[in-house]
Amino acid sequence: MKLALFGAVVLAAEVVKLPTGRADLAAGRKLYENQCALCHGQTGEGGRGPVLTKPRFARAADDAALVRVIEHGIGGTEMLGAHSMSEREIRQTAAYARTLGRVAIKPVPGNAARGAELYRTKGGCAGCHDAGFTAPALQGVGSRRSAVYLREALLTPESAVPDGYLLVTAVPRSGGNVTGVRVNEDSFSIQVRDASGKVHSYWKSELAELRKQRGVSPMPSYRGTFSEDELTDVVAYLASLKDSE
Amino acid sequence: MRLLLFLTPVLLAQVNVPYERILNADAEPGSWLTYSRNYSGQRYSPLDQIHTGNVSKLRVAWMNQANETETVQASPIVADGVMFITKPPNIVEALDAKTGRVLWTYRREIGNDFRGCCGRVNRGVAILGDTVYYGSIDAHLVALNANTGAVRWDVVMADPKVGFSGTGAPLVVKDKVIAGIAGGEFGVRGFIDAYDAKTGKRAWRFYTIPDKGEPGAETWAGESYKTGAATTWVTGVYDPETDTLLWGTGNPGPDWNGDGRKGDNLYSSSLVALDPSTGKLKWHFQYTPHDVNDWDSTQTPILADGVVGGQKRKLVVLANRNGFYYSIDRVSGKFVAGRPFVKQTWASGLDESGRPMRLPNTTPTEAGVLLYPSLGGGSNWYASTFSPQTGLYYVNAKEEGAYYIKGAAEFKAGSFFNGGGQRPNKAEQPWGAVRALDVVTGEMKWEYRLHVPSHAGLMTTAGGLVFGSNGTSFFALDASKGDLLWRFEAGGGIVANPITYKVDGKQYVAISARHVLLVFGVE
Ligand code: HEC
Ligand code: HEC
Repeated sequence: MKLALFGAVVLAAEVVKLPTGRADLAAGRKLYENQCALCHGQTGEGGRGPVLTKPRFARAADDAALVRVIEHGIGGTEMLGAHSMSEREIRQTAAYARTLGRVAIKPVPGNAARGAELYRTKGGCAGCHDAGFTAPALQGVGSRRSAVYLREALLTPESAVPDGYLLVTAVPRSGGNVTGVRVNEDSFSIQVRDASGKVHSYWKSELAELRKQRGVSPMPSYRGTFSEDELTDVVAYLASLKDSE
Repeated sequence: MRLLLFLTPVLLAQVNVPYERILNADAEPGSWLTYSRNYSGQRYSPLDQIHTGNVSKLRVAWMNQANETETVQASPIVADGVMFITKPPNIVEALDAKTGRVLWTYRREIGNDFRGCCGRVNRGVAILGDTVYYGSIDAHLVALNANTGAVRWDVVMADPKVGFSGTGAPLVVKDKVIAGIAGGEFGVRGFIDAYDAKTGKRAWRFYTIPDKGEPGAETWAGESYKTGAATTWVTGVYDPETDTLLWGTGNPGPDWNGDGRKGDNLYSSSLVALDPSTGKLKWHFQYTPHDVNDWDSTQTPILADGVVGGQKRKLVVLANRNGFYYSIDRVSGKFVAGRPFVKQTWASGLDESGRPMRLPNTTPTEAGVLLYPSLGGGSNWYASTFSPQTGLYYVNAKEEGAYYIKGAAEFKAGSFFNGGGQRPNKAEQPWGAVRALDVVTGEMKWEYRLHVPSHAGLMTTAGGLVFGSNGTSFFALDASKGDLLWRFEAGGGIVANPITYKVDGKQYVAISARHVLLVFGVE
């Protein structure tokens, strides 16, 4: 196969009918468990990816859109296209994904308003997430991530680092270390945004050292800082941060 | 085309490349007459006006843009001051090689029934006499007047509705145009064709999968040979000394599910050696028997001579997508030496006949099995290069593993017939390197590391340079040591092979980046 990265040519179909047979749903379930559960949970409860046990998917309103999302992913997010699936397998998976929504959704527990208050006050979250430049923006995080993941992000931040987020320290030969978030990098140069928002651009040949802090998060763990109730409230607040639809 | 009406008659007869010129391509180093410049596949240029001492002064001379979403991947042909390129969606263009001004454009409509696995990409044309040959995206072979772009003949190679497509540049040998075909993801039956250059009449067809009763048919279970793919989508090479055409073949289909096609699946993921006059098979070498990892072996092989055990040997070498480097005796087709050139975890090594010894638990599963290299391979269709000046083989190597997944595969003409795929290995960052290897053994002499894997080809020159690309950058390395000497940010992904040529005494280097063909010269 010629590099999948160039993207297959889309053969648009107007109306998509998903299979309903038992065998198709069983096949869809197996495909889901092997290829989707990793991020969306074994039963659609969510994880790195959003909860799928809901009657409507924001990004996949109808079946044709769902097939498209599975086939091509959602551009610019961690949701990649299932290039390994045949057209039929994609439909089987889509059909199974639709059945997940028949389970009644449990609302995320907690008091979101109190969570928002904690976010601004005791948590000191805004200082990094809304004012600083080294933390990712949290708009829409409730659409992207499940409550389980969000909780994990607060307890063990280094286990919930978004793809592509990397903290680096660049040490130019001319002196003056810069630590910040990597904005871009190739074989020849790197661009780093520091806490003040300034972007530093270096040729790699100018650097004495480039330290990459993989799996490291500057975000403190809130284990012990927040009581169990407070944690639940902050998670409820984060889960309420949905993409405007 | 309109332009030409006003040109002088002298210019009208500007381009004429008889076979003798192609055969003796080294006598005119300023031209680039076949996909790889000459028949050897080495993608080495004897030009040395641009060299290690002045390459840092390389600047853009001119550009040519495409108006489409797909990447320009053509390797240009340059003859008699004219450059011939292809570009998406289905275009052949002739440019003045000095100024970049367009001389003519040929544009073909593509029917709605076009399939194509991977975009409307094409990698160039061939030339003979005053005719340019184009294997079109919709699987026609088209002969164009090199001076005007007028169609001389147009023949159907295969049916685009069932997935066939022309993506590789044809190769002219004597009075024939040899063309491969793409479509390996659609369960087609692959072939290599030869057409009479004058008339377009098909002279022979070599099916890369034997028919019932032919030798090799026993390597396909049941009727699986009918949908076994083994397409031929990158240009091969020709060895005039032994009068042999050497061409690589693609993966067997379905790609990742081998259950229905038990056996070695000849001649998939192989090199086939053919008599160019008849298309008869002389010998074959299969790199990956019963491939279940989509490791096409279509990349252009390289003819090079090497000393083995004190004896000079005629070799055909390549760094295969399966992660191993191979040198083979090109007269007998027998294995000479080989070793991994990237991390690989699927075989314990190669046996004395060059056959990989596959390890247990290395076939794709429904849950996914982690193997190196990924399906993109240790390298891929993009060109490797051999420099007779350094005696080294240079490859764009990719260090990446992936989870191979097996899925259901049901054949329906014109639909994907893959049976699985891969999932990225999130635990590791893939990376790449330009590696210089001993041409006989594949032993690494040096490497230049790349931040991410590259999907572009390499070229060496007598100026002591290796040209390569990484992501959106085009660069030049010192061919003897691997030091970076020059780089250029092209602002668009490079998925193409570089070439170099000379017009009016000045050397140029050309590469395509995303939608743009860039041509560089020293100020
Ligand atoms: C690597 C993690 C990952 C994998 C594997 C993955 N997804 Fe996703 N998925 C995501 C993320 C993250 C999003 C949210 C993207 C966004 O909108 O920012 C998402 C979004 C979705 C959505 C849209 C949800 C909505 O409410 O709009 C659907 C549907 C979906 N995924 C289905 C699947 C299916 C089916 C599979 C398996 C074929 C799969 N995903 C595999 C991470 C993943
Ligand atoms: C010192 C700065 C800092 C503070 C304070 C901080 N964060 Fe973070 N946060 C980060 C950084 C940097 C990341 C990205 C790396 C990571 O995921 O660990 C992050 C990641 C996250 C993520 C994961 C985002 C995703 O898409 O995966 C969530 C959720 C989050 N923070 C919520 C909070 C909340 C809620 C608070 C306050 C209770 C908080 N953060 C306090 C810096 C901070």
